[in-house]
Order: sequence, then C-alpha cells, then structure tokens
Amino acid sequence: MTQIGLNHFLFVSTVLFCLGIFGIITRKNAVMVLMGIELILNSANINFIAFAKYGNFGYQGQIMALFVIILAAAEAAIALAIVLNIYKTFSTVNVDEIDTMKD
Amino acid sequence: MNTNNLNYLVNSLYLIKPELVISAIIVLLVLVDLIMLKNKKLLPYISIAGLLIAGYFIIEHFETNSFAFSTSSSAGMLIVDPFGNFFKLLIVFASILVVLFSVTSVEIKNSLDRHGEYYALIFGMILGMMFMASASDLIVIYISLELVSLSSYVLAGFTKQSLRNSEASLKYVIYGGISSGIMLFGISIIYGITGSTNLYEINSLIQAPQVQSLTFLLAGILIFVGIGYKISAAPFHFWTPDVYEGAPIPITAYLSIASKAAGFALLIRFIKVTFIQSIDPEGFWHLLSIIDWKSFIIIISILTMTLGNFAALWQSNMKRLLAYSSIAHAGYLLLGLAVMSNEGITAILIYFVVYAFMNLGAFFVVMLIANKIGSEELDDYKGLSSSTPFLAVSLSIFLISLTGLPPTAGFIGKLYIFIALIDAKMIVVAVIALLNTVVSLYYYVKVLKHMFLDKSEKEIPAISTSYASAVLLIAILAPVLVFGIYFTPLVDLAKSSITLLGF
Repeated sequence: MTQIGLNHFLFVSTVLFCLGIFGIITRKNAVMVLMGIELILNSANINFIAFAKYGNFGYQGQIMALFVIILAAAEAAIALAIVLNIYKTFSTVNVDEIDTMKD
Repeated sequence: MNTNNLNYLVNSLYLIKPELVISAIIVLLVLVDLIMLKNKKLLPYISIAGLLIAGYFIIEHFETNSFAFSTSSSAGMLIVDPFGNFFKLLIVFASILVVLFSVTSVEIKNSLDRHGEYYALIFGMILGMMFMASASDLIVIYISLELVSLSSYVLAGFTKQSLRNSEASLKYVIYGGISSGIMLFGISIIYGITGSTNLYEINSLIQAPQVQSLTFLLAGILIFVGIGYKISAAPFHFWTPDVYEGAPIPITAYLSIASKAAGFALLIRFIKVTFIQSIDPEGFWHLLSIIDWKSFIIIISILTMTLGNFAALWQSNMKRLLAYSSIAHAGYLLLGLAVMSNEGITAILIYFVVYAFMNLGAFFVVMLIANKIGSEELDDYKGLSSSTPFLAVSLSIFLISLTGLPPTAGFIGKLYIFIALIDAKMIVVAVIALLNTVVSLYYYVKVLKHMFLDKSEKEIPAISTSYASAVLLIAILAPVLVFGIYFTPLVDLAKSSITLLGF
C-alpha cells in the first residue's frame, strides 16, 4: 500500500480548485456560484494544511486555515443575505437575468 | 510567554494607535445607535471626531519606521513607515469627505433607520484599508482585503430600494469572492514554496537560485488577481462599471478613491518588499528575475487605460462614465509602478492626492445634481450652465483636471508620471499614455458640451445648493486649482513618504 503523501493532497486541492472555477463559469444560479467560491477557498485550505504538515513549517498553515474558515463563513453569510435581497427585488437568482444596467 | 514578549506586544499596540481609535469608534457607533434609537444626528459627528483623532495619531508618528507584532522567530505582521502612513492619511482624508457627502446625500437619508450600520460599515472599511496599507504578512494581507471587501459588499447595496442597488452588490460579491479565492490559492502556493507568510522572510528565502520560478510565477500572478480586482485593473475590472453605477454615490466615490489607494499601497509594498534585490543610487529597483513584473505591469497598465478610456467614450450615464474614467486612471497610476523606481512611486503618491480631490469633487457635484433631479443621465445635464452655473463650472474644472490639462492639479499629477517614464527611457509607453489622455479629452469635453452648449427641450429647475454643501464644494475645488500652480508642498510631502521599512 502506498503512503499518502503531499502530492495526493495537492492533487485533491487542485481538482477542487478547478471544479470551483468550472462551477462559477458554468452555473447560472447565484447560490451555485457561491458554492464554487467556497470550493476555491477550501482547496486553498487543503494546501495550507498539507504544506504545514509535510513541510514541517510549524503551525502557521493551520492558523491560516482557521482564519480562512472564519472569513469564508462571514462571506457566505453576507453573500446569502445579498442573494436573498436579490430574490426579493428580482424574484430570481439567475445571474444572467440580473442585468438591468446597460453596457 | 515572558515579560519581554509582553512588553513588545504593548509597544506594538502604541504603533497601531490610529487603527485602535478606528476600532473603538466602530464599537462606539454601534452602541450609540442602539442607545439612541430615534436620534441619528450624532453619528456623523462621532465619525468625524474619530477620524480627526486617528489622523492626528498618524501625523504624530509619521516618521516612525518599525515592525509591529514581531516575535523572536519571525519579522512583524505589520509595518509602520512613512509610506504606509501617507496612504493612511489619504484614506482618513477621503473618509472625512465621504462622511460629509453622506450627510448631504438624499439616497442615504432615505434609509435613516439604518444609519448606525452605515457608519459602522464605513469604519470597518477604514480599518481594513489601514491594515492593507501596513500589512507585511500574507495572512494580514488576505484578512484586511476581506475586511474591506465584506464591508463594501453591503455598502454597495445599502439602500436596497432600487433594482440597480441590489444588482451592484450581487455583482460585487461574486467578483470579489472569486478574486479573493484565487488570491488565497496563490498565497497557499507561496506558503508551500517558502514555508513562510512574511514578505521580508519570503524575500530573503527566494534570493537563493534554486527556487522553482515557474510555480512562483503562477502564485505571483494569482495574488495579483486579488489586488488587481481591488484597484480595478483590466482584465479584472468587469465589476467596476456596474458597481459604480448601482451603488449610492457617496459609496461610489469612496470605492474609487480609498479602496483603490489601499489596493495600490498593498500592491507596491507586495512587489517591492517581496521581489527586491537591490536599489541603485539613482533610485531604480532591481527585482529578482523570478517574475518579470516590469513587463507584466506595463502590459496590464496599457490594457487598463486603453480599455477604460475607449469604453468611456460611449457612456451616457455620468456615474458609469466616471467609473470607466477611474479604470483609466488606475492605468496611469500603474505606469508609475511600472517604472520600478523611487521616482515612479513619488509620482504615484502625488497623483493620488490630486486624484482624490478631483474625483471626489466630480462625484460630489454629480451627487448634488442627482439629489435634486434624481438622475445621472447625461441628457439631463443639458442646459445646466444656465440654470445652475456654479455646479456646472465646478464640474467642468474637475473634469478638466481629470483630463490633465493645465492649470489644474491633474496636470501636475500626469506631468510627474510622464517625467518618471521618460527618465526611465520608456518613451513608447509614455507616448501611448499621452495618446490615451487625448482620447479621454473627448468624453470629458462631451460632458462640458452637454452642460454649456446643448439646450434642453424641457424646462429645468434651478438646482439650489445649501450653504454647507457650497462651502464643502469650494473646499474641494480650491486645492484642485491651487495645486495646479503651487505644488511644491505636495511634491515635498510625496518625496518624504516614499520610505518603505528596510529600503
């Protein structure tokens, strides 16, 4: 059985990052776009913790991940409040349809 | 934890006095709002008083050069140096003006019951921007950037009444979330390569030749995405026109000055501190060859200003026009950084002071007009010179200054950028920037044409300005004209503020 190493974690985090970007680009629902953003943040979190553990860099990476979790929660709260407000005014959360300002 | 460390912590607290004042004011604003539910008149006074105290502390320690919150094993999380203090002062100054704008804005007045949160959120932004200007650690950079963003997402959609208000905040939150997420991924890669998040430590670690430069290049560009979004540099500018058009005008003005200034402070510090190798006696920087920042910034800045200027040509909404013009100005400012010399940074600092006055002034006039006629469409500006000559003339002076024509302050700002470019022998870039300025003349003059030459079909009422707003307008207008002729103090201030800690 192979030992799970740094590369495995980096592979997972990169896949997660790409899935996040993919979700943001393809999804039209604002909530799904926000989920894509969460995926990106969590892929960075995996990176931080994996580097901290396998690089013997001390606790800085773990601390950073904790900060990111807190900020992601705050951002999700604010973003969902804004989406709720959008739903009240537009009665839709489809990003493509929310385009009242002209270019 | 020994007493020595404790003493060091306490000393660090002395260094961040302005930030502590701002934090205390946030708490005070929330408390006052809760205690005096009916009376919201006190809140602006508290805000202005707090900003003045913070400004006093910044000036008192302007010449300090020190790390704050360092431990025995690592350099500090924050830096207090003249460069950061200059930007903090600019942010405090812009905040005072924006609080005054908010008092006169009809849009903000209509949501009087939520004034407490409004000022508390503005102070949240101020706190974040101050930390952005003095951050020397990637953790602090990310957190302060998010603090600014989270407050401004809410402020962009603050009034909640109009469709475009909610739309602005949705677009802001989505673009902001994506770019800060991408930036965080870049930070995690840099942490993986170097094992440190401190900019000074990263700098000393990457001096070694065996650093994986390709990975580092990727990480550097990912971090630039986050900062580029804050300063609305192309191709990360897509949010700017929509958010600027949709947000309440005081917030638009604030985003265009303060958060851009903080973003530039962060960008300059990040590039200079992390990638510097040496500075020659003439003030030119020699950066590590890991990332060719010079060519990168030149491309981004030319793209930014060309795109901003050409898109502005077709705009018929004043706020949207100023949004594209602010993108173009971000391009000019980036040129100052592209020079990669102390002279270029001096030029950026001069430009920012000038830009703060002229852009805040332009938005203020747009707001005074929108207060009365409830619109920012250019067609509604027809015949403004006959109905309200005072506002028309002041807006014209601000727009001429934004173009960069003498004898206004905007000319001095552009002049120093061009001198820096020519001294660095970047003639081609200077010519492109000059051509861009010519393009920008067209859309600024278009506004003047609407105000002075076109006759309106419908009768326009005279827009009366209150005594207080007229005084405020003259107070912003005077420096735009004075700095155009007598700019020595401005240049001296900028020259004394380019010191970054350690360089």
